[in-house]
Amino acid sequence: MSEASQKIPVTVLTGYLGAGKTTLLNRILSENHGKKYAVIVNEFGEIGIDNDLIIGADEEVFEMNNGCICCTVRGDLVRIMDGLMKRKGKFDAIIVETTGLADPAPVAQTFFVDEDVQKNARLDAVVTVADAKWLSDRLKDAPEAKNQIAFADVIVLNKTDLVTKPELAEVEARIRAINPYAKLHRTERCSVALADVLDRGAFDLDRILDIEPDFLEADDHDHDHDHHHHGHDHHHHDHGHGLKHYHDEDMQSLSLKTDKPLDPNVFMPWLQNLVQVEGGKILRSKGILAFHDDDDRYVFQGVHMMLEGNHQRKWKDGEPRESRLVFIGRELPEKAIREGFESCIVS
Amino acid sequence: MKEFTPAPDSASIVSVTDRVKPVTLGMGVTSVYFLGPRAAFVGGEENVALVDAKGEITTVAVHSGGILSTASDGKRLIMGGDDGKVVSLDAKGEVTLLATDPKRRWIDAVALHPDGAYAWSAGKKATVKSGRAEEKSLEVPSTVGGLAFAPKGLRLAIAHYNGATLWFPNMEGSAEFLPWAGSHLGVTFSPDNKFLVTTMHEAALHGWRLADNRHMRMTGYPGRVRSMSWSAGGKGLATSGADTVIIWPFGSKDGPMGKEPAMLAPLQARVSVVACHPKNDILAAGYSDGTVLMVRLEDGAEILVRRNGTPPVAAIAWNAKGTLLAFADENGDGGLLEL
Repeated sequence: MSEASQKIPVTVLTGYLGAGKTTLLNRILSENHGKKYAVIVNEFGEIGIDNDLIIGADEEVFEMNNGCICCTVRGDLVRIMDGLMKRKGKFDAIIVETTGLADPAPVAQTFFVDEDVQKNARLDAVVTVADAKWLSDRLKDAPEAKNQIAFADVIVLNKTDLVTKPELAEVEARIRAINPYAKLHRTERCSVALADVLDRGAFDLDRILDIEPDFLEADDHDHDHDHHHHGHDHHHHDHGHGLKHYHDEDMQSLSLKTDKPLDPNVFMPWLQNLVQVEGGKILRSKGILAFHDDDDRYVFQGVHMMLEGNHQRKWKDGEPRESRLVFIGRELPEKAIREGFESCIVS
Repeated sequence: MKEFTPAPDSASIVSVTDRVKPVTLGMGVTSVYFLGPRAAFVGGEENVALVDAKGEITTVAVHSGGILSTASDGKRLIMGGDDGKVVSLDAKGEVTLLATDPKRRWIDAVALHPDGAYAWSAGKKATVKSGRAEEKSLEVPSTVGGLAFAPKGLRLAIAHYNGATLWFPNMEGSAEFLPWAGSHLGVTFSPDNKFLVTTMHEAALHGWRLADNRHMRMTGYPGRVRSMSWSAGGKGLATSGADTVIIWPFGSKDGPMGKEPAMLAPLQARVSVVACHPKNDILAAGYSDGTVLMVRLEDGAEILVRRNGTPPVAAIAWNAKGTLLAFADENGDGGLLEL
């Protein structure tokens, strides 16, 4: 923990063109929080803040030479981080703004793969700004917009004043069909509390606690958590709490749960193999695991083919020893994943 | 594996630690060069500290921000900063502004030619200024990772993604692309002008034999290589990145092709910087645990210059005669050793 907190937190700010990224960025920078930010932007000139370090980037993505085709990193970020580390102490946190068409994966992977970057900085969260009026359309025609929603830890659903209530409900349902786990905030002009977008610790293994769907937690009723992973025949139907359920043909989330212990000698190779084979399709993965004959919780998270995991802490007395996994991805082979997971349960 | 934690009176290794003149710089240090009789310790930002043989420190302001890149020919030091400026510092301590990027972009790389020409890069563009001739620029396909002048003729090597570009700035259309997949960061010519070697983002070096552009893969490092130094006469290339100093043989016409490197001075820490002696077959190496060793290339015999127990050694250099060694760790605690 202490080691993690010494590292400089990095917030990745994504969002389709015109959604309001720059508005949010200006809001973060101009608010009276007493912190200094180093901001990595693509276009100079749109933001003008005196105190902060503003660095122009070129979004240069390259493939790592490790035989893993989806293992792309942002070379410019590696270089910029290297330069920024010479000025340690001059800023408290880093914000990386990506272009509207950018895939967040190479940005996130940079913080997993590069040894020097990892030593000095930690990815805090991917924050996606979405336009309440136009997101539904973009999800149909822009794969980038879908990627950004799928990848997000926090979604700022902006411009809610420009849509009707039913329209808002619809766009939220579409977001939830892709990513039920991100924290969603409805805003006008990106007026979100800074604490809701900064210092989230979304990639901190110690804070992978609630991998329950966000909107289910927000509701008061007790649901069967499996109900949004139904088969392909349910298109949209009503669950009686006002939220329509969509099924996105392309991008889904898949959650797995068992209260029976897993065999680590079966599970680990299965998971490794799964992300090796299907890592191109899996954007994000997270899990809290209860292994057979093991009193410690094991937690992991991943971005495409990259996984990191560790024993986290002892299971508490009375805490149900449940294993829960979440995958968000494109055309996930649901049946094979479910069967593979079942085979890891100690019989 | 050895570890230098035994009692100070241990006779297992020759130690000259008591002959080192300590230098406390009070700033983060990223590199060191000798400018005439003084060692120039380059700070992470703003300043260079000139230190004479007595240990007296003179601080000179060179940039108004981070110092991103440095190069020296022993007479002057040129630097690029995140203030978009290229500046030089001479042995007298005088600072000269050489260039300013019109958009104030970071100056990511600089290089200095023995005849006084210099080069710098911002983003994808590399620029050369030679004598009174006009500046000449070349744009490569992606951001420049490193620059180096060839030892003969006015020829610049530019490292970037997926290879390196060789360019004669005075010859229109002379850019020659040497492809190799991956991100290339540092770059150096062998002193005999026969080989080009790059450090990669991956833990590896890549080399080309310039006569026929044959590839040389130099892999097996546990970490990224950040420091390279040619041995006296250019027979070997010493590198950081492993828990031993890795020295690739370049004495024959095939360079290291099909050969194993020498591995000297193993410790339970990673080599962070290397500097070969300018005349003799000796090198100095700094480690991630703060250790500094002098190592004889012939047989790997070691002399302890500084004990472990500090932040990583970030800077190390010999003066031109090879009579003085300067080093400093990341926090700016360093020393001078007179031989």
